[in-house]
Amino acid sequence: MQQFDNASAGDIVLSIADRIIENRAYLSEIDGKIGDGDHGVNMAKGFGMAAERIRGNDMSLATAFDTLGTVLMTEIGGSMGPLYGVMFTQFAETIEKSSSIDARTFSAMLTSGLDGIQAIGSAKVGDKTLLDTLVPAIEAFDGANADGKPFPEALDALVVAAEKGRDGTKDLVARIGRASRLGERSLGVLDAGATSCALILKALALGAKEKLQQSATASD
Amino acid sequence: MQRFINNPDEVVEDTVKGFVKAHADIVRLGSNPRVIAARHAPVSGKVGVITGGGSGHEPAFIGYTGRNMLDAVAVGELFSSPTAKSFLDAAREANGGKGVVCLYGNYAGDNMNVKMAVKLAAKEDITIATVVANDDVCSAGPDEREKRRGVAGEIFMWKCAGAKAQQGASLEDVQATAQRAIDNCRSIGVGLGPCTLPAVGHPNFLIEPGTMEVGIGHHGEPGVRVEPLKSAVEIAQQMVRIVLDDHDLAAGTEVAVLVSGLGATPVNELYILHDTIEQEITGRGLAIYKTYIGNYFTSLEMVGATLTVMALDAELKRLLDVDVDCPARL
Repeated sequence: MQQFDNASAGDIVLSIADRIIENRAYLSEIDGKIGDGDHGVNMAKGFGMAAERIRGNDMSLATAFDTLGTVLMTEIGGSMGPLYGVMFTQFAETIEKSSSIDARTFSAMLTSGLDGIQAIGSAKVGDKTLLDTLVPAIEAFDGANADGKPFPEALDALVVAAEKGRDGTKDLVARIGRASRLGERSLGVLDAGATSCALILKALALGAKEKLQQSATASD
Repeated sequence: MQRFINNPDEVVEDTVKGFVKAHADIVRLGSNPRVIAARHAPVSGKVGVITGGGSGHEPAFIGYTGRNMLDAVAVGELFSSPTAKSFLDAAREANGGKGVVCLYGNYAGDNMNVKMAVKLAAKEDITIATVVANDDVCSAGPDEREKRRGVAGEIFMWKCAGAKAQQGASLEDVQATAQRAIDNCRSIGVGLGPCTLPAVGHPNFLIEPGTMEVGIGHHGEPGVRVEPLKSAVEIAQQMVRIVLDDHDLAAGTEVAVLVSGLGATPVNELYILHDTIEQEITGRGLAIYKTYIGNYFTSLEMVGATLTVMALDAELKRLLDVDVDCPARL
């Protein structure tokens, strides 16, 4: 059974935060085309604050997700604070009782994050939001599992689908949030939330793969 | 970008610090530094009246904290909704045991954060009733009013609800009054120049020289059309036409008029616009009961103006006449 330990895996969240902070200017730039241009600034602020609290504290993945989710919800505001805040706190709640994380737990975690987002937001797939990254990514991960693919391959499938979903937002008309007021004029531009979501999922998948490799090596 | 700032990431903190010092006779900082509360709040037995929104619209939202107006305000980042926690903390500061109305604008982030705050407040037995403002005519068609943004009409909503709450009305009555006030408001913005978030450093959108954006939103949301810049008379006529065509008002209806600058438009130009606005409104058989001209609800340093027209009834007139004591001039 391929799995990795929940304990000490909190550094995965640090690598997610690093990717967001590195992409601060890029995320703001794409947001500026159809939104306010503050997506990168606010995301980097929230993920940076969370990273400061996580770094050096040898946290479990669950605790690190909870720390990140709480910071986003209580300190960031906007739309992304509650949406990502709910997603990460749901991630945390789903895995907090699991000492190790296998593909099934990982899927349950992603699904519960998605449920949390859908409970507070009103967006649907195709509205040009982060759901256009998250939903196909989860479907691809679950599909690979159903096909009997190993956990790391399912994670690869998740990343491919997330990035494809992100790229697909270029061809979508925004139907919700600030960009929706642009109508057809939002065509041809990536959605900033879908883009940050792809960064998050990729960093999460890579981090999980690394942990799987480490635990495989350790048990050899 | 030439701006009076220190650290671009701390613009809101620095704004709040100066604001609280300047108006210490009327307001205080909440226990959450992202909440401004009226000195008198909470008033036992009075419905609390709160709002919240992104910063960069000063004097909105914080400047309307005070007697007979807002009891507390949740403060967000520039152009970004306050957190659910800040809305919750504003409700706590305002709660006099009779419930709290949260009167805010229709934006995705605010909707989510208010929704979460309502749930969190219920856990500690604070009832929050909400009214979401959607007075911006150009942000969606008349058949999709629920999609329209809230803009300067919010000031009339706060003023009517604040006065109603002061009279000892129930939570339901204050909520209904706020709803009626905003239902009676229609607004439009015209943009002549963009604005820049200091942390981003360049304008969010462009308005080509010699053009204007009709129906622009409070954060530079695109309007319904870009046109060659016209004379003030023609722009004012167009603004009145768009607002009143959306508002089926019988001749003889009394209205309140609010013309606000968006931040970088000289106040004298608002008077130039109003000269025609007054003529157009009265020309349609409406009577202007009260007029407000100035920078009431801005958008950083956007060049432009908004017009809000509120239809009045006897009660709304009485409520609008109640004196208020808040940092913004009303």
